[in-house]
Amino acid sequence: MAVIYIDNRPYTVKDGQNLLQACLGLGFDVPYFCWHPALGSVGACRQCAVKQFKDEHDTRGKIVMSCMTPAADGVRISIDDPEVREFRASVIEWMMINHPHDCPVCDEGGECHLQDMTVMTGHVHREYNFPKRTFRNQNLGPLVNHEMNRCIHCYRCVRFYRQYAGGRDFDALAAHDHVYFGRSEDGVLENEFSGNLVEVCPTGVFTDKTLKRHYSRKWDLQTAPSICVHCGLGCNTIAGSRYGQLRRIRNRYNGEVNGYFLCDRGRYGYEFVTGDSRIEQPLARPERSAALERVARGEALQRAASFLRDRGRVIGIGSPRASLEANYALRRLVGPDRFYLGVSTEDYRMTAAALKILQAGPARSPSLKEVRMADAALVLGEDVTNTAPVLALALRQLVHPKADAAAKTFDLPSWSDAAIRELVQDEKESLFLATPAHTKLEDAACQTYHAAPDNLARLGFAVAHRIDPASPAVPDLAEEVDRLAEEIAAALVSAKRPLIVSGTGCCSEAMLQAAANVAWALCRRGNPALLSLVLPEANSIGLGLMGGGDLQSAFQALREERADTVVVLENDLYRRESAAAVDAALQLAKHVILIDHTRHAMAEKADLILPAATFAEESGTLVNSEGRAQRYYQVLLPKASVQPSWRWLGLLNEPASGTADEELFKLDGILADIAGELPQFRPILEIAPPSGFRMMGQKVPRQSPRSSGRTAIDAKENVSEPKPPEDPDSPLAFSMEGDEGLPPPALIPRFWAPGWNSDQAVNKFQAEIGGALRSGDPGKRLIEPQVGAQPDFFQTVPTVFEPHDGRLLLVPLYHIFGSEPLSALSRGIAELTSGRYVALHPADAAAQKIAEGDTVQLELDGISLELPVKIAASLPPGVAGLPSGLPGMEHVALPSWCTVTTILQTPPLAPPQNGEGVGGGVGAQS
Amino acid sequence: MLSILKGIWVILSHTFRRRVTVQYPDVQPIMPPRYRGRIVLTRDPSGAERCVACYLCSAVCPVECIALQAAEDEHGRRYPEFFRINFSRCIFCGFCEDACPTYAIQLTPDFEMGEYVRQNLVYEKEHLLISGPGKYPGYDFYRMAGVAIGGKDKGEAENEEPPVDVRSLMP
Repeated sequence: MAVIYIDNRPYTVKDGQNLLQACLGLGFDVPYFCWHPALGSVGACRQCAVKQFKDEHDTRGKIVMSCMTPAADGVRISIDDPEVREFRASVIEWMMINHPHDCPVCDEGGECHLQDMTVMTGHVHREYNFPKRTFRNQNLGPLVNHEMNRCIHCYRCVRFYRQYAGGRDFDALAAHDHVYFGRSEDGVLENEFSGNLVEVCPTGVFTDKTLKRHYSRKWDLQTAPSICVHCGLGCNTIAGSRYGQLRRIRNRYNGEVNGYFLCDRGRYGYEFVTGDSRIEQPLARPERSAALERVARGEALQRAASFLRDRGRVIGIGSPRASLEANYALRRLVGPDRFYLGVSTEDYRMTAAALKILQAGPARSPSLKEVRMADAALVLGEDVTNTAPVLALALRQLVHPKADAAAKTFDLPSWSDAAIRELVQDEKESLFLATPAHTKLEDAACQTYHAAPDNLARLGFAVAHRIDPASPAVPDLAEEVDRLAEEIAAALVSAKRPLIVSGTGCCSEAMLQAAANVAWALCRRGNPALLSLVLPEANSIGLGLMGGGDLQSAFQALREERADTVVVLENDLYRRESAAAVDAALQLAKHVILIDHTRHAMAEKADLILPAATFAEESGTLVNSEGRAQRYYQVLLPKASVQPSWRWLGLLNEPASGTADEELFKLDGILADIAGELPQFRPILEIAPPSGFRMMGQKVPRQSPRSSGRTAIDAKENVSEPKPPEDPDSPLAFSMEGDEGLPPPALIPRFWAPGWNSDQAVNKFQAEIGGALRSGDPGKRLIEPQVGAQPDFFQTVPTVFEPHDGRLLLVPLYHIFGSEPLSALSRGIAELTSGRYVALHPADAAAQKIAEGDTVQLELDGISLELPVKIAASLPPGVAGLPSGLPGMEHVALPSWCTVTTILQTPPLAPPQNGEGVGGGVGAQS
Repeated sequence: MLSILKGIWVILSHTFRRRVTVQYPDVQPIMPPRYRGRIVLTRDPSGAERCVACYLCSAVCPVECIALQAAEDEHGRRYPEFFRINFSRCIFCGFCEDACPTYAIQLTPDFEMGEYVRQNLVYEKEHLLISGPGKYPGYDFYRMAGVAIGGKDKGEAENEEPPVDVRSLMP
């Protein structure tokens, strides 16, 4: 702790901060541009000037940049000194010289850091009358809009894009006062985190292109805290709606989880909520062969009740993309032994294995913050950039051992970004990647290894054996793999906070076991190893913790005639098992009830479809792959008969129970039931306040005090204003009325503070700048490691992968845009989704005289696919890659062996196919 | 007695004074040009809609009786997709006119807005939009703004340099 004097008053601040951080943390308003808590200080914009004094007798002082000056003990500064105030006002005046007269047509207006800072410094009159400099804009793809005239040259965008997120196709170009931030030519921004430019840019150079199609100002958006549903990480978001339509997703700071940034899938995948494939009405078939037709809500419920009359013959199929509440309500409707998780056998096995490793072992599953603080990492088999993108971003921020040491030698504080980067130069952090094919994280890694899944697992086992000889040795290990294992083991052992990342991406249990062995071996040596296992969906862990059978056992129940009615919850079974298996099983069912929000192949098989709410229209709980349960809240009112799945299921349950179970129809009631029945979920009661929570007797308002148009929005239909809708499920109100104080962290509907209209207002919500939110980051962990446990090492080491003659091992490849079905329905994401293909190693392709672009036939397990070929040199020989889950792709259980035959050769002069799938696995390799 | 005569005298004397009562509606009063009456949306000198749908009028409105939705044409010009004023709520404070950065929304001296049915006081864009520039004849926001729209490229606004050639290294 250090004592600093600001305008002659003493304040106690934490050591190791800079003055700007300290002043903002104490609640002072110091204007700034180039500094960002996640990006550190470079002292480029000269805006955060304060006056520093030698001692209490010094009256002259000197002007220093607060972001570049350590808040050391005894420092005396003045923020209010007239000279320094004038200095700051002139700095902003220079910046505004070329700033265009755009605010009314600028999407940043109303949440613009430049506007806020201009008002803060008091620059109100423009004295410069000479012509303004102008720039041409670039088309940066369907997600980010570019308006270069507005730039104030703070360099935050390039620092984020190139240094933080590892992008290469965007830079500061040209010279002197012509410096231009863009690409060398028009084109889609290649980085998966490009959407963060919208939040990082202090003004309107980069704005949200999807928001532009249905633009609303920040003050008009009805916002609520939400959780991203597009991967297993559970990043915190703020969903914003206007006129009953979801309009945008912004980052919601959670120090333990996503921090300041989101990936583009999470930010731009929201449009499925308003998409054409939404189910908005109950639909039913009079008989099996008839077409679906709209029915009234009451009739739909009656039909459902008649289908469910014989409750002993009903099975329920849950979903890892539905909330905990919905799955629990289904489990309660059908009974625990007739509840199935709705995941494929492979997914089921992998999730169970991952859960067992995390619960029984001593290695802790880290939060993303702990990932950012790790100092060495081994990624085993997982293409994190495409399966858990923000984890990849966190892996890029590993603590650099050299930076750490050098910072101590040269007495450099950790926030002095430019100096530390200068010291580190091109030296890579201790990040080791072992994946089947090229991944986009490779430029940050010090070693990469591409091999077949079994060989990757063998590398993991070899590393574990190097760390602790008690773990099984790997026979027949190639010499260079052994050397690599030795290097990795040495790096992990010498690290203070080593991290192992693996996941279900390769569908290889041996891989998870190898990762567990490495982490456990480190734990036995006393190194507090972290083990992060990537799971595919938003609630995979929650469903795993709830327990139930896999999809095949549900089909088994139908085949054995133990059941004849199926209730499917928010799940497209055709993405889980082969079409033949699903068809055969559903054929046996007398009645199929589907509860979902989006139309998919299952709709053709359902006798009754009940319209469910999406994440934006309901409140619920999801458990992320760290094991952290997090609450998301309804942000807009659903269309007439749409309601949360758990409420539908509660209504279906009612006739059987005989009494109207009132509490089941409220979130609090169902949460209490979950916690009562399933003790593993008990902490979910504490993750957010109950619906009865009030601040100063009032609910937390979803609308800002500036929210406009209340008496005009509905006036076209009826000039008398309706009563504001009520929300029985949460302490948030669909209103601008409510307490304006600081809500509990789980209920923060927007970041705003007086004078701080931009996202930078998050400073006012944090206990310490860049640290936890006041009263702690939201979410509760449901999984804790067994500290000190010494479980037995997994002993089954797979044998060396042998390419089979004439057959290839087909492994899944993932795409950030396309592999997840809901986000793929969003317009911007759909434009970036890769086409179908199969990736072949050049040697395998040459052996059959296949060239890039040829169409080939894949034969596997009775399924035959016709696909164009991409040649991927990074794949190991004997292994082929198939993109996972792309729209229109049939489900194929992977990995499996396939044969490839050419059916159509492209003429040799055909232009090469490129530019597809920006985030794509193999497609985007250089 | 005297007081009665005095009273009659005062009354009769008014016969020869100037009349204060205006014979409305037979005689229309002349309102000052800055009177705050019926709200209109104006057009710029080229005849295009002035409103750029910045939402400032709706934000400043104390009775929240303005609702609109922004849209953008294919050349980047912004306009309101719909623009609705609920005059049954409007208090004619004129804040919307003050807030408007483009002189689009203006209050006019017309005050004859009475209706028998309250629903008829809800005005849509077609009821609000007039064909002229209203009180500010010369102003065109897009001549001042840095964004490019159809018919005005980058660097063609007032007091702007031509766009920078990023590939040039000349000072």
